[in-house]
Amino acid sequence: MTAQVSVTALTIDGPAGVVVAPFDFSIAPGETLALIGESGSGKTLSAKAIAGLLPAGFTARGTIALSSATIELPSTDAVWRATRGRRISLLLQDPFTSLSPVHRCGTQIGMTIDAASATRLSRDERTARITRSLAEVNLPADVARAYPHELSGGMRQRVAIAAALATDPELLIADEPTTALDASNQGEILDLLRGLQEKRGMAALLISHDLGMVRGRAEHVLVMRHGEIVERGVTSSVLNAPSHPYTRALIDADPSLTDRSARVVRGASGAGVSGSAEAKATGTTADSTTVSVDATADLVVATAVTKSFGDKTVLHGVSITVGRGETVGVVGESGSGKTTIARCIAGLERESSGVIEFEGVALAPGRASRTPKQMQIVFQDPYSSLNPMISVGRSLKLALRVAGRPASDLNGLLQLVELPADFASKRPAELSGGQRQRIAIARALAVQPQLLICDESVSALDVSVQKQILDLLAKLRVDLGLSILFISHDLAVVRQLADRVYVLRNGNVVESGQCHDVLTSPQHPYTQSLVAASIHEAAPH
Amino acid sequence: MLVVRVLGTLAILLVLSIIVFSMLHLAPGDIVKNLLGNRASSPEAIAAIRAQYNLDQPLYMQYLIWLGNALTGDFGQSIRLQDSVSNVIGSRLGITAALSGLAFLLALVVAVPLGVQSAVRSGSWIDRFATGFGIVGLSAPTFAVGLLLLYVFAFYVPIFPVYGAGDGGLDTLWHLVLPAVTLALGLGAIILKLTRTAMLRELETDYVTFGRARGLPDRQVHLIALRNAAIPIVTGASLVLTFLVGGTVLAETTFALPGLGTLLQGSVLFKDIAVVQALTLLVAVTIATIALLADLAYIFLDPRIRAKESAQ
Repeated sequence: MTAQVSVTALTIDGPAGVVVAPFDFSIAPGETLALIGESGSGKTLSAKAIAGLLPAGFTARGTIALSSATIELPSTDAVWRATRGRRISLLLQDPFTSLSPVHRCGTQIGMTIDAASATRLSRDERTARITRSLAEVNLPADVARAYPHELSGGMRQRVAIAAALATDPELLIADEPTTALDASNQGEILDLLRGLQEKRGMAALLISHDLGMVRGRAEHVLVMRHGEIVERGVTSSVLNAPSHPYTRALIDADPSLTDRSARVVRGASGAGVSGSAEAKATGTTADSTTVSVDATADLVVATAVTKSFGDKTVLHGVSITVGRGETVGVVGESGSGKTTIARCIAGLERESSGVIEFEGVALAPGRASRTPKQMQIVFQDPYSSLNPMISVGRSLKLALRVAGRPASDLNGLLQLVELPADFASKRPAELSGGQRQRIAIARALAVQPQLLICDESVSALDVSVQKQILDLLAKLRVDLGLSILFISHDLAVVRQLADRVYVLRNGNVVESGQCHDVLTSPQHPYTQSLVAASIHEAAPH
Repeated sequence: MLVVRVLGTLAILLVLSIIVFSMLHLAPGDIVKNLLGNRASSPEAIAAIRAQYNLDQPLYMQYLIWLGNALTGDFGQSIRLQDSVSNVIGSRLGITAALSGLAFLLALVVAVPLGVQSAVRSGSWIDRFATGFGIVGLSAPTFAVGLLLLYVFAFYVPIFPVYGAGDGGLDTLWHLVLPAVTLALGLGAIILKLTRTAMLRELETDYVTFGRARGLPDRQVHLIALRNAAIPIVTGASLVLTFLVGGTVLAETTFALPGLGTLLQGSVLFKDIAVVQALTLLVAVTIATIALLADLAYIFLDPRIRAKESAQ
């Protein structure tokens, strides 16, 4: 049995003082330590410090003790060269960007193998080892010939794992390894990592913002906030009986832990609302169910919409209806066509066939046939959807001008999204992700649209911020009588907001109906698996 | 898709050939007088010219005959040099091709590695040197650089010859060094800037971080980044190469090299229309070929573009 990995007094100094206060941890071989925190908490910086990859301007102090070496931080490039890959490997969050798009997958795994082997490998030997690496992550050997863009997100992350582990490191740091993946892939990837760890006796540091994901997949957990560890302990006891209010708040905000389980339990038992956690988690959302939905007047009716890109068909006759004042959820994994249907309705893509009607009038494909007052869209990434060069106030004033509204409406607009008036002079770079998304929503609402299309609008945000934005949307919907088309890969998020839900898979609607009905008695096997996955995720381990 | 691209290039060249052909008719002055040049305009000579250029035929026939001849390499007679145009161009093509090739090679060999190092060690002395080099290279006019180099390396420190193309072989190469450096300075500056910018962007990407995180050597990580930065660099290099075709005129004049640049200059001044036509067409074909090769290079360099091409 090899000794455990221990890190002592890890401290990170930034340009303006200490960003991560000293903390210790140790991980036994084959075990996982989860480091939980929201963005800006310092968890990713900690991961990078242990891999020697801190960005310029940051330095780390402390000691990393491995069975084969002890590293005193800050360390030299030479030491890191001997450490990275061979002793410590770092797996990044996004498999869509962490592999080089112009190199074959096998080549990229081969690079790690070459980097770690003392002697030059023969061609056959290298090919054999690449095949073995791929087999370890349950991928066939011919994936070696593929380029990353030819693979799905889950497969890419498997390739990345194979590349990260090809050198047999003692410690794997996984920085949000499943955040960019769909629900159906998340569990598989984590279980795969777990299996590899046990087989190799490898320690893992799992960085995540998602407490629910950690349950049953990590022995110990550290909760980090503003660069300080606020709680630590055995995973199940931290999750079941958190001692720090911040941990409590994280658990409350996590849809997979409270709302999700509570609603499913309620559905299963047929009982009404119960428990304070449920009431607290849903908050205004609970009120929104009382909004009157005028089902007789449909705002948007999309009928048998198809869309092909080249010879690839992504929508096979999708029909979706959004009533006045109704919130409709569209759930599916990436590649299901959920974003494409939203973009067709918004006129950002031109459907190949089918009819999209707005208030009973058929709209020609494309943007020309639509007016800004009919519909607006809020995109996923608030970091790229706002122009970084102009102030928030100017962005909003431009939107107001489109609507023919006076610039003096600016303050009212900021109030609408619950931001103080002095935000008008700020630039996007000064705002947090949640604040930016509020601005993006305000900009969409400046023209007073009838329909708001939210395309994964909360999936780039931390759970607690996610909840705030969902609450805001729920409030706006009541105050403004908005209709909302809400696109998400996350069933747990959709169920917090939507009246009705469509489940999309491979360009087909496999199930639709009242949100509650679909979630409590799903008919289609795919929906059943999605609902089951969310129950599994929330169930105590 | 490849076929479409080649056909598109051919279509552009066809249109260009019509324009080039029209030069004969659009040139100011009487067409027969222009073609006669300084020869005596006896009725026999005029009749001979009219017959040679088929001036009695309808215009489209004249074009078709001209195009047919051009395609077989027959561009008629140079009135200035009293030789066939193809001979005139053929005897000078080598020196211009050698000069352009050498300048382009020099620019690439210096600018790409310097650009990579400049991006990798952003802010270091090598970066500052490269930035300074880029500014000088971009802003200094070709003829000024040429004169400066002549002054320093042929007059004060006479290691290189002052003018001419030498006696072939190594001697010619020796004669081409200074003009090539002159041209390469401007080209290299642009390629350097493009390489640095493209590399800086690639070095920020996740796959570079992931490469370092799994212990790949720096050299390999830089190669991954460079491979991903190849498309902007190739685009830049191909644009630069097309500029080079025009840029040789200045360098050849400064160093008195008997290449196509000086030929073009002389022919334009002398209204030697047949030569100007042939050279214009040659430059157009060269530029179109370079652009086509750059397009093909994208397909070769980026598997995603390749996939899109084969899907269509």
